[in-house]
Amino acid sequence: MLAYVIQRVFQSLLVMVVVAFAAFIVFNFVGDPVDNMLGQETSAEEREELRKDLGLDDPFIVQFGRFVTNAVHGEFGISYRLQRPVADLIAERMPATLELVALSAVLALVFGVPLGVFTGINRSSWISQLILIVSLVGVSLPTFVIGILLIYIFAVNMGVLPSFGRGGVVEIGWWSTSFLTVAGWQAIILPAVTLSLFQMTLILRLVRSEMLEVMRTDYIKFARARGLTDRAVNFGHALRNTLVPVITIVGLNIGSLVAFSIITETVFQWPGMGFLFIQAVGFADVPVMAAYLVMIAFVFVMINLIVDLLYFVVDPRLRADKAVAAGN
Amino acid sequence: MALLEVRNLRVEFPTRRGVLVAVDDISLEISEGEVLGVVGESGAGKSMTGSAIIGLLEPPGRIAGGEIRLEGERIDNLPYEKMRRIRGAKIGAIFQDPLTSLNPLYTIGRQLVETITTHTDLSEADARAHAIDLLSEVGIPAAERRFDSYPHEFSGGMRQRVVIALALCVNPRLIVADEPTTALDVSIQAQIIALLKRLCRDHGTAVMLITHDMGVIAETADRVAVMYAGRIAEVGTVRDVVKHAKHPYTEGLMGSIPLVGHDVERLTQIEGAMPRLTEIPTGCAFNPRCPKAFDRCRTERPDLLQTDGATQAACWLYDRETAYV
Ligand SMILES: Nc1ncnc2c1ncn2[C@@H]1O[C@H](COP(=O)(O)OP(=O)(O)O)[C@@H](O)[C@H]1O
Ligand code: SF4
Ligand SMILES: [Mg+2]
Repeated sequence: MLAYVIQRVFQSLLVMVVVAFAAFIVFNFVGDPVDNMLGQETSAEEREELRKDLGLDDPFIVQFGRFVTNAVHGEFGISYRLQRPVADLIAERMPATLELVALSAVLALVFGVPLGVFTGINRSSWISQLILIVSLVGVSLPTFVIGILLIYIFAVNMGVLPSFGRGGVVEIGWWSTSFLTVAGWQAIILPAVTLSLFQMTLILRLVRSEMLEVMRTDYIKFARARGLTDRAVNFGHALRNTLVPVITIVGLNIGSLVAFSIITETVFQWPGMGFLFIQAVGFADVPVMAAYLVMIAFVFVMINLIVDLLYFVVDPRLRADKAVAAGN
Repeated sequence: MALLEVRNLRVEFPTRRGVLVAVDDISLEISEGEVLGVVGESGAGKSMTGSAIIGLLEPPGRIAGGEIRLEGERIDNLPYEKMRRIRGAKIGAIFQDPLTSLNPLYTIGRQLVETITTHTDLSEADARAHAIDLLSEVGIPAAERRFDSYPHEFSGGMRQRVVIALALCVNPRLIVADEPTTALDVSIQAQIIALLKRLCRDHGTAVMLITHDMGVIAETADRVAVMYAGRIAEVGTVRDVVKHAKHPYTEGLMGSIPLVGHDVERLTQIEGAMPRLTEIPTGCAFNPRCPKAFDRCRTERPDLLQTDGATQAACWLYDRETAYV
């Protein structure tokens, strides 16, 4: 078990180094950083001076080492566009994105799992059929269409919810939260629903098909034959067995929620990292782009790690198998 | 009064191309503590009969006729919740593949305790003590320590013992055991059958032992019902059926008596194969393969008749009015 955890942590670090390398390449070789920082009319000596100051004369590997060291400390240089440290920009924007993603994930789970269980158990009832048809819409409509549709209905037509921004936020230290004011909640609802709809549908359909699968197994038939209550069979035995694949997908999807939030944030002008990134792309603001890349990779890797560790909690077989696989 | 009485049971599957009859007008009885072997080729309807008795036919399969009585009470038409209370408590079950019958995510102890507390008023602690006793009784070494082990930590034979403990833990009057050893290694099949036999004798539990292994039946059962194409071909005591079979199909089956662990199918000496449900011939379902078939066999279907021996057989040869041809 311990060997497995160490192995997984090591793999995660490796992934991060590779991503950092990619970000570093982008950072250093897409355009000349010196050009980006100085105007056209600077002298050659001044340029040389700055090159030295920035350590751009050092060997490649030393530069990369410095980049990684800085990244670990959360330093990604200065934004070309806003002339402020990238780390500060990210820190300002991160709460907005993380809160949006967290609420979307909660919505996706809170609705996706029970609806999946329901449609899996009552597979031929008309309510299930209806839920499945509606959920098809959820998978097939692109996120921005859903976003615009929701804005049209709730902001433009009914005028009950705002169509952009975070509404009222409360600062707690460096973190700003939407969850402590009514205006904050009103502002986050539409983007959160928009972002969660696709994942919710995926989770619903996944849980349903896993439920159907598990319901056919011998141990479910045997559990019924032992006279266990429906509740015990459906929720104790069946649902728990669907959790392993569900955890995998949900884990991966929280990662993609962070990535997909770029679109939602743009549609709703949500002041998060994704919106920041889109603006950075427009200005070729390379430090911000590199930092975003590293941050997203970090989130993905952390989630994967957590997912892998959750397996142990859920499935006793893996405790043995994975330990063996890890040569333990 | 018999413990279990099945009268004219009919199990159907509605399909797009019409209704398939998997079990066609079967009647049988099992007395207290008796072991009834149900034998027949794969597809004969043995599992469907067993599932109908425990009330767990998989939809769209359904009981289309007849009745099933346990201790005199009808159980084939009970509401789901009433039947649930009978399952596990009065009728236990063991399925085809015992290796996959245990939920991989829960310890065997937890699965035993949940079954016991579902059907009795025992406290968690008493249920645990009872479960540990049972585990030692079914031959799990160091039962107390193994109580918290997961299914994958046991060998196939050991898991099968756990399954038997689970089927027996609330002391049911009847166990429906569907091919309880088919999935197991040949070397442990005999052990498990012996264990099942001993436990059921000790607890006074009757068993409906479904198998296609005539050797297992010969070792274990008191009486045997031979099934063919959804019907009972012959029924009688083990001794009579094995030694003095009267139905031509059974005679073929008994052509050579296999040892425990050998499949009937491989030893069958009858030409041809059992018909599929969609193409059961009119008259006696066995007539295309029967060496003794005569005209009447091709038009009229025989019910169980008293033979000139001790068994009953569904065969026109034993109809007093037919006179021997
Ligand atoms: N879902 C189903 N739909 C239609 N026919 C089925 C279904 N399940 C089983 N059958 C048929 O019912 C018959 C009896 O099956 P079964 O009782 O499992 O046989 P056995 O246990 O004797 O091998 C078989 O011919 C099988 O093809
Ligand atoms: S009824 Fe006729 S066909 Fe059927 S088993 Fe008897 S003799 Fe053979
Ligand atoms: Mg079967």
